[in-house]
Amino acid sequence: MEQIIQNFFNIGILKAAFPFLVRGLGMTVLLCLTVVPLGAAGGLTVALLSTVKNRMVRWLVVIYTDFFRAFPPLVLLIFIYYGVPFVGIDLPAFVAVALGFFLNTSSYYGEIFRAGIESIPKGQTEAARSTGLSGFKTMAYVIVPQATRNVIPDLISNTLEVVKLTSIASVVALPELLYAARQGQSITYNATPIVAAGFIYLILLWPVVRLLSRFEHKSIALH
Amino acid sequence: MLERFLFSYFNWEVMAEYLPNIVDGFFLTIRLALETVVTGIVAGLFFALIRSFRIRIINFFIILLVDVLRALPPLVIIVLFYFALPSVGIRMSGFTATWLSLSLVLTAFAEEIFWAGILSVPKGQWEAARSTGLSFIKTMRYVVLPQAVRLTIPPLTNRTIAITKGTALGAVVAVGEILNQAQTGLSLSYNPSPLTLGAFAYLVIFGPVVYLGRWIERRFAWKR
Repeated sequence: MEQIIQNFFNIGILKAAFPFLVRGLGMTVLLCLTVVPLGAAGGLTVALLSTVKNRMVRWLVVIYTDFFRAFPPLVLLIFIYYGVPFVGIDLPAFVAVALGFFLNTSSYYGEIFRAGIESIPKGQTEAARSTGLSGFKTMAYVIVPQATRNVIPDLISNTLEVVKLTSIASVVALPELLYAARQGQSITYNATPIVAAGFIYLILLWPVVRLLSRFEHKSIALH
Repeated sequence: MLERFLFSYFNWEVMAEYLPNIVDGFFLTIRLALETVVTGIVAGLFFALIRSFRIRIINFFIILLVDVLRALPPLVIIVLFYFALPSVGIRMSGFTATWLSLSLVLTAFAEEIFWAGILSVPKGQWEAARSTGLSFIKTMRYVVLPQAVRLTIPPLTNRTIAITKGTALGAVVAVGEILNQAQTGLSLSYNPSPLTLGAFAYLVIFGPVVYLGRWIERRFAWKR
């Protein structure tokens, strides 16, 4: 027991590592504020493109989403961060992470928005068009708002996964929460910083998990 | 420019040299993925069944465990197992740490999905089955589960696919799976062609899996 407290819940170590962890958390938040809006906007674009009449475009969209969903995000990240410099393009870690996340998360958000758009009955489009709204306005004011509302639980669930996923940025030395924790461990030879980082994730994300859990039980029960 | 591109990413010599390693990684990734899927789904179903007995104290711990595992990033769990546990004398290989972490995460998600499926079966079904003289376990086995599982297939498939892609995280704790082999090849040859090979290997595994997921989603689509 004492050994566990000494190694995992060491107050002295925690005090020393705390400033690092806070800075790491700041980077994690910044990363989330970058990749979540980018990914969601990209996803919405992908979903809208999958509704156009042009077959070629729709086909390309399916290839894009399936291609980038087939790669583990870490593989995309490593490829961009370590592979791209070989053709003479040097990417800072933050840009590499943002790009890798964009390719991955826009595919997932795209699938969610597409399901949402498909859930809106055709009559809505026809009614909107017959009142004189243009195709674009129909999408923007009638379809997308309803579609988004229908998939809110999936959007939240995916966003939670994206937030958790930002921890892989530690692999390319971006100083976010997990990276800071591992640095803290290697400096102090004590695992407390990692345990503390785990608790930080837990405290911040638990409310979201609870919320989702309620949504899920409801949605299956209502099917 | 094109020449440099081909030399960097499609260097046949480098590829030929590291192909055997990538193939090793390919099979290790598949093994890790299969072991994770089986463990996670079986354990998830087990906990969902235990939960259906509605014993308050046990359910409290199941929900707590599930919530914690859903809130923590998988890489954080892997790092905890591999880098933190040894300081209290618990050592495990990178493979075990990755397998155990991903299995636990899948267990949590699968438990939630199965439980939601069990809840979705109307109470009348339970009452009707019990009143014909079926025991609790038989009701669960022959009446409730068959209906519940059908509903759980699409969300469970998607979640399982997402979690098995986490096998790449094993690269961080020195599991010789595809990504790890590709990175090793990159640093030894100073040429990123092994990464291209690795990417291709992932496409071979997960391309069909993603396609299958899409098919299952349509086949078992929920009526909203």
